[in-house]
Amino acid sequence: MANTMARSFLQVAATEEVASPLRVVQIEGLVILKIIKHCKEFSPALVTGQLLGLDVGSVLEVTNCFPFPIREEDEEIEADGANYQLEMMRCLREVNVDNNTVGWYQSTLLGSFQTVELIETFMNYQENIRRCVCIIYDPSRSNQGVLALKALKLSDSFMELYRNNNFTGEKLREKNLSWVDIFEEIPIKVSNSALISAFMTELEADTPVTQCDYDRLQLSTNPYMERNLEFLIECMDDLSMEQHKFQFYYRNLSRQQGQQQAWLQKRRAENMARKAAGEDPLPEEDPTNPIFKPIPEPSRLDSFLITNQISNYCNQINGVAGQSFSRLYLMKALHEN
Amino acid sequence: MASSESAVLQFFPASTSLSAKVHPLVIFNICDCYVRRPDQAERVIGTLLGSISPDGTVDIRNSYAVPHNESSDQVALDIDYHHNMLLSHQKVNPKEVIVGWYSTGLGVTGGSALIHEFYSREVQNPIHLTVDTTFRNGEATIKAFVSVSLSLGERQLAAQFQEIPLDLRMVEAERVGFDILKTTMVEKLPSDLEGMEASMERLLALIDDVYKYVDSVVEGQVVPDNDIGRYIADTVASIPKISPPAFDRLVNDSLQDHLLLLYLSSITRTQLSLAEKLNTAAQIP
Repeated sequence: MANTMARSFLQVAATEEVASPLRVVQIEGLVILKIIKHCKEFSPALVTGQLLGLDVGSVLEVTNCFPFPIREEDEEIEADGANYQLEMMRCLREVNVDNNTVGWYQSTLLGSFQTVELIETFMNYQENIRRCVCIIYDPSRSNQGVLALKALKLSDSFMELYRNNNFTGEKLREKNLSWVDIFEEIPIKVSNSALISAFMTELEADTPVTQCDYDRLQLSTNPYMERNLEFLIECMDDLSMEQHKFQFYYRNLSRQQGQQQAWLQKRRAENMARKAAGEDPLPEEDPTNPIFKPIPEPSRLDSFLITNQISNYCNQINGVAGQSFSRLYLMKALHEN
Repeated sequence: MASSESAVLQFFPASTSLSAKVHPLVIFNICDCYVRRPDQAERVIGTLLGSISPDGTVDIRNSYAVPHNESSDQVALDIDYHHNMLLSHQKVNPKEVIVGWYSTGLGVTGGSALIHEFYSREVQNPIHLTVDTTFRNGEATIKAFVSVSLSLGERQLAAQFQEIPLDLRMVEAERVGFDILKTTMVEKLPSDLEGMEASMERLLALIDDVYKYVDSVVEGQVVPDNDIGRYIADTVASIPKISPPAFDRLVNDSLQDHLLLLYLSSITRTQLSLAEKLNTAAQIP
């Protein structure tokens, strides 16, 4: 019995190895509405919640979710939060909701989500669940009629590096990992049960204009753009700080190498003199000398994340500017008519 | 005869000015619970959460299902479950309180009075929402009721469910876009520009419709309707009157602002990819 058990575990382990990669996240409309409700009610505070669902082949189905209370920096409350989570999952199981954590969702402000905390949370989840996903919702963009919903995961190669906590230039080059490769965006599919579909069709006849259209044709995007640029500038400052750090490191490194060379030459000259005098040469390395102590290389993780942020802001600016162009030309055309 | 003065047959509360608003999330939630109901269960029931505004409008914003057992003449509700779930929900959003309960099915059924009595102890004057998930009369019937008790003097005779007006708040769902909530499967979320395109197409179609209507009125094919005419006049008048040079300046300023931003973001991106290449190149010993 034990033998077969062991083998079946082995088999399971073997099948896990060849599991197909995650391709699509399939979300129920219910989950989208729940996320939007939670994130919007607490905006601009940032909130999180848990996603429940099923892992089917290369598709991750998200069929339900529940919000987390706003976290406070207090151990007692933290334990309370864990209890809350267990209690909620137990309760939901009783009404036949899929009782399997597949990730979490969080709200963000203008897409400023690429932080070390996100990566840490992700690693925590990843330890327990083989496949998990993070859904990011940006309430500030919904005012423009955009459903800013994104499903993200960390790339495998990045996770490996993060586990070893090794972000030196050499390692990164070895893995051929650049800042674009940290996060992987997974396409989102939306599904609804036939019942919900019937209800929605019944309750809301085909209206020619929806609120969404009004929002999209809204001409004022300036406040949004301003905030976006502010964030961009802040990020640029951070990036230049990081770069100063690196410059400092390289300057120190080259100075140290110079010192090492000078010391080595001196030692060689000394050894030549000793050889001439018939004495034993001194060793060419001296670990006690402080100039041989390696200078720690600063981690590149921060600059990578900042770079990711910046490119995200740039994308947002491009997107919104593109929309504004169409709106402006539309307005012009209307006015001329 | 003296006693007849107090022994008046009356409803309590006499009349209700209550009305209810239901958010689409609640409907979604109820449908989902119904789909996931246990094998033998005929219907699902649950608690409605929300808030009551001072003018008597009940805002139903959230819900959760409560397991129950039902036989011909009695209903057993899992009260512990109900309280646990309520506590959990209050932790997240303390502002949402119990406002009533829901049940699937068409209209009020026999067991409803018992459950309603239970919820009356939880909250004053609860709302009973019924959602017909079986489409019995061919349409999606959603109704809201409050209970009114008929009393003779001090004595309670009966309870009556009175229907109250219900407003389905679809604004939130509209923001998401019906396109993705109506169908059973959407392959891809619309991106910014695709959404924009759809909106513009709809706008153009509307303008076309107006054109067609006006033309056919002018040609005498359609009887003119003053109301529609006034709406069209209002719409045309809502375009602000700006002199062409001023308008051009306005548009061009805006265009240039956006072009500048676009330029800035593109140059930043170029810089980033350049830095990326240089960074790795500089490290090769």
